Amino acid sequence: MKPFDFVRAETVEEALAAGANGGRYIAGGTNLVDLMKLQVETPDKLVYISRLALDGVEQIDGGGVRIGALVPNSDLAAHPLIRTHYPMLSRALLAGASAQLRNKASVGGNLLQRTRCYYFYETAAACNKREPGSGCDAIGGFNRIHAVLGASASCIATHPSDMAVALRALDAIVVTALPEGGERRIALGDLYRLPGDTPEIETNLKPGELIVAIELPAPPPGRQLYRKVRDRASYAFALVSVAAAIAVENGVITSARLAFGGLAPMPWRSAEAEAALVGQPAGTDAFEAAAGALLKDARGYGHNDFKIVLARRTLIASLRDLTA
Amino acid sequence: MRITVNGQVREVEADPRTTLLDLLREYIGLTGAKKGCDHGQCGACTVLVDGRRINSCLSLAVMHEGDEVVTIEGLGTPDHLSPLQAAFLHHDGFQCGYCTPGQICSATAMLDEVAKGWASHVSDDLDRIELDDMEIRERMSGNICRCSAYPTIVAAIREVADAERLAEAAE
Repeated sequence: MKPFDFVRAETVEEALAAGANGGRYIAGGTNLVDLMKLQVETPDKLVYISRLALDGVEQIDGGGVRIGALVPNSDLAAHPLIRTHYPMLSRALLAGASAQLRNKASVGGNLLQRTRCYYFYETAAACNKREPGSGCDAIGGFNRIHAVLGASASCIATHPSDMAVALRALDAIVVTALPEGGERRIALGDLYRLPGDTPEIETNLKPGELIVAIELPAPPPGRQLYRKVRDRASYAFALVSVAAAIAVENGVITSARLAFGGLAPMPWRSAEAEAALVGQPAGTDAFEAAAGALLKDARGYGHNDFKIVLARRTLIASLRDLTA
Repeated sequence: MRITVNGQVREVEADPRTTLLDLLREYIGLTGAKKGCDHGQCGACTVLVDGRRINSCLSLAVMHEGDEVVTIEGLGTPDHLSPLQAAFLHHDGFQCGYCTPGQICSATAMLDEVAKGWASHVSDDLDRIELDDMEIRERMSGNICRCSAYPTIVAAIREVADAERLAEAAE
């Protein structure tokens, strides 16, 4: 691990002041410390933010919930407001990592965790995300876990979070504090950037900007689900995951929210897939149409070709379960 | 920095790069918590911080100023084993024993999580838990046993969980 300065912030103001000077925020540290050991990440300064008072979960106007950025993943999954009104979020959290990691990992840190692409982790490999301009060894390499949607010629890494997939389906808003003062509200879909030719820039956060909360609007109508398919039954990243909320009235789908993990560089939402469902009778024709809309631009890179088939089947199975 | 370990307040000076695991093993001399993978994947380093199980290898010691840490040495002693320590012995819940401190720390906190009503990935109902063997296995998936003593690990945890439930029912 490279040497670094360590600053303990007691307030958001202190954190922002330290963060404005090139500090890197650290809360649970379960991903960042790991990457620092491997020297994939080499921050000069860490700003420790876990003592900030950002650990509440409370109801807000309009029937939504505000979640402090430092709420541990395990506490969020167990919170009565979340498990009652946003069960897909509890399910997504519980499907991720191990109990030890969920106890430590914060909501904000979960959103900003880095990809688990093997070549990103291996400093001897070419990786445009880790070392811009060095190339991408995943393209043409072992890419079983890589993206089939939203990737580029520079990078085919996936975003690893389960939680963020549910948050995307729930139309979450990311609330940030800015070093120059004031707050910003960013739709979760706008937090992340597709890799294009700058895969090293993963979010639209400005230098020193600090995530302070996530806001969920009132829960979507209908039933919710988070379904995760992976190589082993527990403690593994998603090959494909689906977060879905579907409402059906008199056999016709009236509302559909769909987000996907394991497929893309960011938690993926498909307006076309949702549109293919709404107004249609709940049944195989509509489910197939939604899967077709989701995957019409999907592209495999060899080892991950199976994900296109798996995504279709996982979506259809999820929709069948939710409308049964 | 100041940190409480197994009830004892310690003043330690360490490089900021020191993980909590290395602080416990190399600076404080408590070698119960083990270094397996050193990347949060095996669970051998599991300790309790303020009552919660975490991977001590993935946490910097400086992030634990003022925290209360409990290691396997703090759960029981050879003369006064904790219920889980005794149950692991009784059921032979190990072979080489390297993962055992992590398994026992993890299981100790796991039973507390169940008592708090925390569901798991395999819970059918987020609001009601029945701690069957599937639940134990899922909840312990962050602790790997290279010798594959899983059946006896599950049996040991099951015994303590059942005893706690009986004790509660009797109260």
